[in-house]
Amino acid sequence: MAEALSSFRICDFTGQLAGAGATKWLKSFGAEVIRIEDPVREGRWDILRGAPPFVDERRGINLGGAFNSHNAGKYGITLNLRTATAKRILEQLVEVSDVVSENFAKGVMERWGFGYERLKAIKPDIVYVSNCGFGHTGPYSDFKTWGPIVQAVSGLTFTSGLPGREPAGWGYSYMDHTGAYFMAMAILLALVHRQRTGEGQWVDLACTESALSLHGPAILDWTVNGRPTRREGQPHANRSQWPPMAPHGIYPSDGDDEWVAIACRDEADWEGFAAVVGDAWCADTLFRNLDSRLASQDALDGHVGAWTVERSKFHVEELLREAGVPVSAVMKPEERIDLDASTADFGLWPTVKHAEMGAVRVDGQPVHFSETDWRITRGGPCLGEHNEEVMTRLLGFGAEDVARLEEEGVL
Amino acid sequence: MTEAKSGGQTVGALHGVRVVELAREPIAWAGKLLADMGADVILVEPPGGDPSRDYPPFLDDEPGEDRSLYWWHYHTSKRGVVVDLDAAAGRERFRALVATADVLLEAEPRRRLGALGLDYEDLNAIRPELVHVAVTPYGRNDPKSDLPFTDLTIMAASGPPWSCGYDDHSLPPIRGPLQGYHTACHFAVLSVLTALLHRGVGGSGQFIDVSMTAASNVSTEAASHTWLVAQRTVQRQTGRHASVLPSRETQQECADGRHANTGVPPRRPHEFAALLGWLRDLGLDAELPEAVFLEMGANWEGPFDLANIGRDDEITAIFGAGRDALKLIASKVSAREFFLGCQRSGLAVGVVNSPEEAFEDPHFRARRFQVPVYHEDLARTVVYPGAPYALKASPWTISRRAPRLGEHDAEVFEEIETR
Repeated sequence: MAEALSSFRICDFTGQLAGAGATKWLKSFGAEVIRIEDPVREGRWDILRGAPPFVDERRGINLGGAFNSHNAGKYGITLNLRTATAKRILEQLVEVSDVVSENFAKGVMERWGFGYERLKAIKPDIVYVSNCGFGHTGPYSDFKTWGPIVQAVSGLTFTSGLPGREPAGWGYSYMDHTGAYFMAMAILLALVHRQRTGEGQWVDLACTESALSLHGPAILDWTVNGRPTRREGQPHANRSQWPPMAPHGIYPSDGDDEWVAIACRDEADWEGFAAVVGDAWCADTLFRNLDSRLASQDALDGHVGAWTVERSKFHVEELLREAGVPVSAVMKPEERIDLDASTADFGLWPTVKHAEMGAVRVDGQPVHFSETDWRITRGGPCLGEHNEEVMTRLLGFGAEDVARLEEEGVL
Repeated sequence: MTEAKSGGQTVGALHGVRVVELAREPIAWAGKLLADMGADVILVEPPGGDPSRDYPPFLDDEPGEDRSLYWWHYHTSKRGVVVDLDAAAGRERFRALVATADVLLEAEPRRRLGALGLDYEDLNAIRPELVHVAVTPYGRNDPKSDLPFTDLTIMAASGPPWSCGYDDHSLPPIRGPLQGYHTACHFAVLSVLTALLHRGVGGSGQFIDVSMTAASNVSTEAASHTWLVAQRTVQRQTGRHASVLPSRETQQECADGRHANTGVPPRRPHEFAALLGWLRDLGLDAELPEAVFLEMGANWEGPFDLANIGRDDEITAIFGAGRDALKLIASKVSAREFFLGCQRSGLAVGVVNSPEEAFEDPHFRARRFQVPVYHEDLARTVVYPGAPYALKASPWTISRRAPRLGEHDAEVFEEIETR
């Protein structure tokens, strides 16, 4: 099958998930992604390189399980940019690349002598995309972030919680995933522009702004009506504000830490739900229409939870599906990965071959293209794994040059 | 697709790309992302309009036509037409529209377009260049896509809530509202752009099957990786990453009752030095006997290996003093002051803002994230959230307010007929 992005080469300084996740998409669709890492620090700037999960008892910078997923199929080379020789090699690489991508703190690329102006001087139509927490301008541009910090500052932590309690936030770096998606969009948008005009550009992506753009209706409610989200009774993350629905929530089911999500979109759903439950409380005038159910949501949720807790989450699912009501068990990782056949049927967990880990499953892409579908077959690169391949094939070095440069500490 | 320059003016990267969007709640965000980048997104609604036109919040809290702020947000920069796909004349009109389009974006029930003779095979015959993106709960080939759903049930089915919530597991798992649909939309947009680039180098159009549940399934970080790689299950914790083994708290209540996320505690000499300096500025060093360890940390030479916490007494004491100092300072200052002070000390700490607090922050104001849009029908300027990324040569912009029902019928249908 043809590959959609095989005409593009990415000179890739990204790491962690917020950056590496972006170039993972490009690589999945055939772009040549060349990761550049620091041999002196053994690529440890990307903390996921040597971080759990691990496939077995072995530990080390080539064995991080998440790193392998985010970097599947990419090439990995090392460049010690403290040396003049490595800087010249990087110049050569930029010259033959379409994109330079990075998610360092502001100023790192400039310190190495590879800010946008320099990159553009080397390759006039280069697409340069920087992804940092607060962007490269503004009062906080020197501040540091991780995913959880981006989520806190941008309102995403706040909106994920229950009234009267501290924020629950996100139990993972939602904005590392999502920041990576925005970064991949930015790269592709700039490539579309270049394909049509021949013009490169610098994209300044501030992950906190990407995150803040996800609160549209709440922000308009503030700018138009002056209504803040920080108010009595809010946030109530499992309830529905837009549109209002009731019941709408996550309810306990039989078993230890087992839960089920239920949403009644309209009166038909409510009637279907009430018919399945069949208890007298369903006919209470408190719950006779949407307005009254919204006004009595705490009482309603109490009744719903008392009904669900008597049943397994999958039984609740079965009963309510029959009645045409939106419902889903809260799926645990093992349930959605190994028990829900739909994910495997979609090909969502491809097995890659990693040089040291062997065969291991990773995240796939949640899409299928009829003509140029994605492929993920090779694992993430070990540190400097492709020094020789990349240097000889792309930059005209001999194998013996590469060995010498490695010995000299340039690679 | 036409050229990206328009009369020498800078225009968005997708200027000249025509997208037909069949109005449905789950894909509205994808259409907006494309439209704000300059694509000519034509939003096709059924007679009577899309139900989300009536979603709250409303202008001045009064429901009514064109008063939904939800609608306003999700449909900026689009043009709107009414087409009745259930009538033969409407289908004819839709085909004529698609014949001029680069992209069809839809989230129709799995078999609906096929039954109407408007699925990919039919449309490809009219318009071989068409990129048809179909967004469904489980993909076009999975019968589970026929099940009723909302953002809540999509997220519950695909992972996020399992990882989000509180240390107290008697409280329910939490979902971040609307983010299930948003995540699916991000993949829909990535797909559109990837397929357009392929077309740009001589490739054909194609059909793209986007699964909403698959999108969230591959966006849960450690929850999936820990199972895939090590067959272990993460457990949710308040305000921090779900984890197989419990980890230390990172959410700190400050003197004003608001919260901050303390992220990774100090571990570098300059961080210990800055923290000590701050403690002294606040006159709090006398309250913290462990401050002496901060001094040791500030003067530390060689690697400060976090793996030695609990093994090496000095490293353990220094690391612990860093945490204690942060806790003490947080108890004396507001969450916002704590955030600013930590960041000025080089520590990656975040204040937990509500959306409006973030929106009003001087940093985002300075970056012009607040974007005024004139609503000529109300003779009023409304301030919208701004660009998720700043493309300097082909910028993001809100080119118009959300369309009224059928607002562009005459304009768009005339354009089609004169082609």
